[in-house]
Amino acid sequence: MIQFNQVYKRYPGGHEALKDVSFGIAEGEMVYLTGHSGAGKSTLLKLIAAIERPTNGSVLVKGQNIRAIKREAIPALRRNIGLIFQDHKLLFDRSAFDNVLLPLQICGFDPRAAAKRVHAALDKVGLLAREKANPIALSGGEQQRLCIARAIVNRPTILLADEPTGNLDAEYAHEIMAIFQSFHQVGATLVISTHDEGVLAKFPARALHLKQGELQ
Amino acid sequence: MNALREHLRVLRGTLQRLRLTPGASLFSILVIGIALSLPVGGYILLQSMQTLDARLGAKPQISLYLASSTSPAEIGKLGDKLRRHEAIETVEFIARDAALKQLRQSTGMADVIDGLAQNPLPDAFIVHPKSRDPATLEALRNELQAGAGVENAKLDSDWLRKLEAILDFGRLAVALLAALLSFALVAITFNTIRLQILTRRQEIEVAKLIGATDAFIRRPFLYFGMLQGLLGGVGAWLLVSGMLYALNASLVELASLYASSFALQPLTPADSLTLLVFSAYLGWLGAWFSVAQHLWQIEPR
Repeated sequence: MIQFNQVYKRYPGGHEALKDVSFGIAEGEMVYLTGHSGAGKSTLLKLIAAIERPTNGSVLVKGQNIRAIKREAIPALRRNIGLIFQDHKLLFDRSAFDNVLLPLQICGFDPRAAAKRVHAALDKVGLLAREKANPIALSGGEQQRLCIARAIVNRPTILLADEPTGNLDAEYAHEIMAIFQSFHQVGATLVISTHDEGVLAKFPARALHLKQGELQ
Repeated sequence: MNALREHLRVLRGTLQRLRLTPGASLFSILVIGIALSLPVGGYILLQSMQTLDARLGAKPQISLYLASSTSPAEIGKLGDKLRRHEAIETVEFIARDAALKQLRQSTGMADVIDGLAQNPLPDAFIVHPKSRDPATLEALRNELQAGAGVENAKLDSDWLRKLEAILDFGRLAVALLAALLSFALVAITFNTIRLQILTRRQEIEVAKLIGATDAFIRRPFLYFGMLQGLLGGVGAWLLVSGMLYALNASLVELASLYASSFALQPLTPADSLTLLVFSAYLGWLGAWFSVAQHLWQIEPR
């Protein structure tokens, strides 16, 4: 599903974020990405979602080489990837419902079918009662769950989460991890970056450990 | 069906966006409307003058004043010759007595004319040539001048040439004005859209992250530009119609003093449609330039 072969990522200015990284993730697998901040976790996730391109080596996602992917092919790739951000990236000019609706609008969904899916996604993360609320009125944990609802509403096969529990206390973090666990159980491929030891202990899975851009 | 629904959705969103900032929207639309109303007003003025031109007798004429010594037989022969001339459409003969009588009736100088010992007016032919080309007319005048019995051939086209020259000048001025203000409309839209792209930066970024195509992201901005242009065109139409109404009311009085029924012609339905389509197109164009210039700069990081 995801295959890294001797991947290097060098930023302008010479900073080397990833050095000779090679690994593979199978379909339906759940994998942690661990390491200190600045170890290259975010960069690695950005390469999978084609937000950035590798400087060297090949990144294959569902058979597509990210290094050579055409600009026009990126939207189709991203529709198959649910992205969950540490800073949520929610839009505060619309309701929680409309935030989750956005990916379906982009795909040109029928409005009634879309509304059903949005409700299902909100229900899954426990926010159905807050659908009319503006995201700014939601707590940090609720915003994170809303971000997850938006990532899954399109039923992507890959979910990428960048420090999803970073700012949350243990109770909220476990709620969120339980939601991820349930996606894993229905066959989604998950890559979750975290440095939360409690999460790693409670929801064990294979971990890729990065240190200064190198895989340990 | 899918595409239609998407376009309707974007259209609704665009209308909402216009309503969200009624002051700013109205102001932009007004500026566009005023800019467009200038060339449209000039165009109407020209159109109206052209109908004036047509009504005053579009064709020039040549007056042939005959020598007083010319006999009726010679006049008849000259008349036949003129009627057969291939460059001449119609010929009118005005006998000197008839001319005097007409003068006496129309000018109110009866006393003066009655006091004359003899008729000072010559017999005359009024010749209506087929051509309107000044050079051809001049050549024809010279030819007729040389004819037997003709004392003086006068080409009566100076006023026509002057009017034509004024109209040509006016057309050029209106065309230049239209080009300049069209450019202004494109620039106004360019800037409006640039600001919108900046304020919606986050939305664009998020949309790109969750798989929006460039077309999806572009569409609302293009719609906004087009709609703003269209409404500007409607504004221009209303402004011009309002001004015409006001001007014509006072023109009626002025024209009646000149015993004329001159009035500014309102925009025809075809012209109105052209105005609206053109203004919408210019708005779309400005938005397109703006989007092409600014959208690629926003890439998610």
